Parts: sequence; C-alpha cells; structure tokens
Amino acid sequence: MNTTDLDNLKATELRLGLPGTDEPEKPTSRPTSKRSLEEDRQAERKPSDGSQESTRVTKAQVVGWPPIRSHRRNSFQAMKTEAAEAAAGGGAGLFVKVSMDGAPYLRKIDLKVYKGYKELREGLEDMFKCFEGCKGSGSEYAITYEDKDGDLMLVGDVPWEMFTSSCKKLRIIKGSESIRGLGSGHQQKTCKFI
Amino acid sequence: MTYFPEEVVEHIFDFLGSHRDRNTVSTVCKAWYQVERLSRQHVFVGNCYAIRPERVMARFPRMKSLSVKGKPHFADFNLVPYDWGGYALPWIEAAARCCTGLEELRLKRMVVSDDGLELLARFFPNFKSLVLVSCDGFSTDGLASIATYCRGLRELDLQENEVDDHGCQWLNCFPDSCTSLVSLNFACLKGEVNAGALERLIARSPNLRSLKLNRAISVESLNKILSRAPHLVDLGTGSFAVDDRAEAYHRLMNCFTKCKTLRCMSGFGEASPCCLKALYPVCINLIVLNLSYAPAIPSDDLIKLICHCSNLQKLWVLDCIGDKGLAVVASTCKELQELRVFPSDIYGAGTTSVTEEGLVAVSSGCPKLNSVLYFCYQMTNSALITVAKNCPHFIRFRLCILDPGKPDPLTNQPLDEGFGAIVRSCKNLRRLSLSGLLTDQVFLFIGLYAKCLEMLSIAFAGNSDKGMIYVLDGCKNLRKLEIRDCPFGDGALLKNVEKYEAMRSLWMSSCEATLGGCKALAAKMPRLNVEIINESGNLVESKENLSDVNKMEKIYVYRSVAGPRNDAPEFVWTL
Repeated sequence: MNTTDLDNLKATELRLGLPGTDEPEKPTSRPTSKRSLEEDRQAERKPSDGSQESTRVTKAQVVGWPPIRSHRRNSFQAMKTEAAEAAAGGGAGLFVKVSMDGAPYLRKIDLKVYKGYKELREGLEDMFKCFEGCKGSGSEYAITYEDKDGDLMLVGDVPWEMFTSSCKKLRIIKGSESIRGLGSGHQQKTCKFI
Repeated sequence: MTYFPEEVVEHIFDFLGSHRDRNTVSTVCKAWYQVERLSRQHVFVGNCYAIRPERVMARFPRMKSLSVKGKPHFADFNLVPYDWGGYALPWIEAAARCCTGLEELRLKRMVVSDDGLELLARFFPNFKSLVLVSCDGFSTDGLASIATYCRGLRELDLQENEVDDHGCQWLNCFPDSCTSLVSLNFACLKGEVNAGALERLIARSPNLRSLKLNRAISVESLNKILSRAPHLVDLGTGSFAVDDRAEAYHRLMNCFTKCKTLRCMSGFGEASPCCLKALYPVCINLIVLNLSYAPAIPSDDLIKLICHCSNLQKLWVLDCIGDKGLAVVASTCKELQELRVFPSDIYGAGTTSVTEEGLVAVSSGCPKLNSVLYFCYQMTNSALITVAKNCPHFIRFRLCILDPGKPDPLTNQPLDEGFGAIVRSCKNLRRLSLSGLLTDQVFLFIGLYAKCLEMLSIAFAGNSDKGMIYVLDGCKNLRKLEIRDCPFGDGALLKNVEKYEAMRSLWMSSCEATLGGCKALAAKMPRLNVEIINESGNLVESKENLSDVNKMEKIYVYRSVAGPRNDAPEFVWTL
C-alpha cells in the first residue's frame, strides 16, 4: 500500500476525538511498549482542549484501566444502560389502556407522566371520578395490570420502573370481585386504591 | 522446651494467632513441627499453585478452616485470561479424602464449579461456612447443593462473584430444619429470588446477624424481612427503590427505628436521593457504610446523610460526593479509619468528581484514617505532602489518577516528591498503589523508606530498570509486586533473583522483559514457576517463532514447591 492510499484510509478512519486531533495508535498487541508510552505522554501534553478530552476517552479503552473490579465495572454498565433507557424512553411516552369494571368505555394514560404509584393512583381517581357512585373510605377497587406474560397482577408490588416496563394494560376491578379472587393476605390491599 | 510434654507445647502454640508465627515455630525443630502441624486448625494458602493440595492436607490433618487464593490480583482488571487457572476442585477433592472435618472454606479469585460445591456439601458433615470472593465458574445450582445438604450451615457469603443464574430455586432448598444461619450474602446474584422463601428462611434463623440482599429484592420485601430480623448487625439492602411518598417508605423508616443493632449497611442498588432519609434513625450507630453500588446520588443528598453518621469507621462512596462532601466527612466522621472513593463515570470527560482537595480535607479532619483507596482526575505533590504529614499512620494507600501518567497540574512535575513524602512519613505502610507521572526517583524513595511495604502496584511509571531494582533491593518485606506498562526489562528482572523466593509473586505485563530474560530467571531459580502468558495466537505454534529477544506480554513469577502446574492452558508456558 503506498502512502496516498494510507492517507486516504486514515482520512476515512472512524475514531473518537475531534477532527484535526491526532491520537497515538493504541495497538491491542504491543510491539514495543516504550515507544507507545512516550506517544501517550506526548499526546497528553498537547495543549488544546479537544485533544485532552479525546485522550481521556482513549485512555478509557486501555485494557484493565482504571483498575476497577469487573463486578463493579459491570454494575456501572448496567446502571448506565438503565439510565440511558430511562432517558431514551422519556421522549416516547408509554400509553396503556385503562379499563374499569362497569365503565362504558376505556381510557388511555401515559405511564411516563407519573413518578410513582401514588401519582398513578391519583391520576386514575381523577380520570374515573365520573364513574364512581360514592368515593368515600371503603371504596372497594383494586388496580390491576396485565403484564408481559399476560398475567393479571396487582399494582404496587414491584419497583416502579419494573412495573412501567412490564405493564401492558391496566384494569380497575370492583371490590367484591377482587376480594373473592385473592387470598386473605391481600385483603388490605384491595380495600383501597393501592 | 523439648522436656515439656506435647500438650503443653500445643497449648502455648494456641496463643499464636497469625499463620506467620505458626509457620515460624514449625521450623524450630522436628518436635515443634509435629506438634504445630497436628494442632493447626486454620490453614492459609496465599497462592494455590505454591503447594499441592494433598501436601497441605497431609501436613494438617486436623484442619478445620482452609483459605486459598488463586488468580493474581490483576485478574480483577481483566489482565489475566479467563481460563488461566485457579481451580478449586483439586482442593475440595483433596480435603474430601483426608480432612473431612473441614468446617470453613474461604476462596478468593478461584474457579469454583457446581461439582465442587456439591462435593463440599455432601462430604463434609460439619461444614459450616463458605466464603467466596471474586470467584466464578459456578451457578445457582451449586448454591442449591449447599443449601440442601449442609446441615447446620452458618455462613454463605458470596462477595462480588460471577454466578450463572439457573433460576431462583436454590433458596427454596434450605430445609425447614435449617435454623442455624448467621450470615447470608447473595448481593452479587443477578437473578430473582423467591421472596416468600427468603422471608420464611429468615423467620426461622434467630441467629442471623448479617444479611446482604441482591438488587432483585424490593423494598416491600425488605420491610417484611426487617420486621422478622430486628437483630441484624449487617444489612445489604437490595434495590432500595422506593418513593418517599409511598407507604413502603414509611414502613421502612419505622423498621429502621427498631433495628437497634444495625452497624453496617451496603446495597442501595437503585436508591434515589429521597429514600436515603429512611436511614436517618440508624445513622448514628453505623460504623460501616457502603454506598459505592448506589446509582450516582447528588453530593448534597449524600452530605445530608453523612451529617448523621458521626461514628462511621469505614466509608465507601462514589466520587459524586465531591470535595464538598468529603469536607463534610472530614468534619463529621472523626472515627473514620478507611475511606474508598470510586469513580462514577469511567468513560466520561470528568463530571463532578473529587480532586486532591477532598483527600487533603479528610486527611486533616480524620485523625484515625489509616486506609485509603482514592480515584480522582488529578493530584498534586503539595497535596500528597500535606496528606503524608497529616496521616503518618497509613497502612494502605492506593491512589488512582484516572489519566495514566498525568503530572502534577500545578507544576507539571512528576508525583515523585508526593509519593516520596507518603513513604517517608508512613512508616507502617503495608500496601501502596501508585499512579500519575512517575520517574525512577519515586522508586528510589520507596526502596529507601518503605521498609514495611508488602504489596506494591505500579502502572505506567518509571524510566528504566533502576526503578524496579530500587524496589527489589530496598523493600525488605515485599511479598507481592505487580507491574503493568512500565519500561522495566531483563536488567531489572534478573538483578536480584533470590528476592523472588522471599516473595509470593511478581506480575509484569506490557513491560520490556524478554523471553531470554525469563529463561535465564527460570534456569537460575528452579523453585520459581516462571509463567509466560501469551494470548495472541497459539503458543505451541509460536514457540518456534519466538526468539529470546521477543518481549513477553505477560509474566507471572511465583515461588512454588509444587513444580510447574499440570493444569495450565495452552497459552500459558511455564519455563
């Protein structure tokens, strides 16, 4: 390969860092370690801000650096992807159908709007106000949802994020039906919204 | 002392706590060797390849507790190939043949298999305690065996292992008759666990003092557990994801007010800033707090929490605590002995993190500080000199400046003077990790002053062989030396070869030592195993192509009476 080919190749090369910055080669198998160490240090002493950031990112690709146990590193990855997913999902909105026993039509709500179960409960109460006869204590409704497996689950058992990621639709069940359906341990839960 | 009856000698040996002392007395004379070996109950093997398991079992037939370490430390950072070795099975098999009285097994950085765990569970009737640290190779099936067959199990402690998830049934395998649990730690398991089975297990374990849950355990479950186990001393909270307006949150705070004996806390896998307030009732009693696995919590919220923790002795935290947060630690935690600050953003371009100021603040405010692990983006010589002056009692000092080879940003100088001050001031320093821009000068200081140093970790440092030679010549108590990406070559490797027999091991990767140098070392010192780890390509083929001048990618040298190991994979060549 002649030099012009090499230059063209380099020009189209995908790499991190701002255009115009020159990064030291980071070989995965090391020919002579001394030379590339020197290159590293020269790259670091470059004055411009752009290269500082790019070398920092490059450094992160050095195997085993920073010295953090794989277990910890993996949990960072997990946290980062969760955060990224949460952020990415933020734009889209998570609309699910809500049915209420006895109501003539269904509604749709965006789960992303609510921060937790309390807000959800309040939102649903607002939405279905018009269908309830009386709204005093002992309003016997249970909020349930259908999860990814198609099972009918009681809302409120799992962490909020887990719930929003597995909830396919909501169903508000009237008290009498819900008490019959569930064991005594759940009685308390069915006697009010969540 | 030869005219004392053996029982008296044995009784005197009972007062010797440390392995080293017992090892020493066993070399005095044959009689003492016999008495010592027949009475030794706790056996510690620092390198599983230094001695054959059968020999250990034969020497210590009454062994009750065995502790074995496998892979070199740099395996933690993916520098050791996956199937390098460190298998636990030979040890378990050997013990099953001669030491069935074994009660405790502690393994670190070893490959444990489900078969090994089943063997352990079935063949040791008195087995009480299993501690696995940074191990892999097993699954929840192995845990099921332990749960099923170990009558009277007291401790199952899984710390940062890679465990394959084959389902949650393992926890159900604890029989109803199992009521002896004192410590259960499954925080590292990724999969779900049957919450009901867990709650019932805890309800029938009145002696339970340490419980570390994994992230799959919800706060609702945690509440139920805490109400069944109010005498817990050590708690790993699991997810801790709860909204502070939810009822579960109030129940949690209520539970914590009843946990009068709680002293250590960890977990917080999905904690949000507001739910940390639930901890306020217990903060005053906490001596250990590990927030390093919590998602990034803003500094102000951490500060509010730390303000209540005036009895803290050990704090592990992420760098989002910031210098401001560390200043609060310095003014609040006067009993602090150990501080670890981990990076929260490894790949980013330096978001809120800590600088040298945070470390200086803690060094100045916490008079009992003796152990530090600190990740930061920059450090100055003057800060290190100040820290050295403030903390002459350091036992462990590990500093990781995230940019390899970064100089002092104020002076653009190497950090030789700073680290030099540390080793000069801290006469009891046993463990040191260096980082930043460093020349041979820092090693001159280390060789000169770090007389108690046992373990030294070096990365991207030094100019020439002299650096490594200063260390090998000067550090009389050095046991473990691990080096990566430094310009140390054959001259350094071969200067003081007898030294390696006085050490446990030497690791050198991406340095300048050649095959010829390694061969020379192996020839001179037959009681050392000189392992070449060559991952690029099949070693068997490339052995012909390798000339003595080729630089070796990874070298692991360790003393051994077992000879070259017979379980080495293809890419490991013992010279």
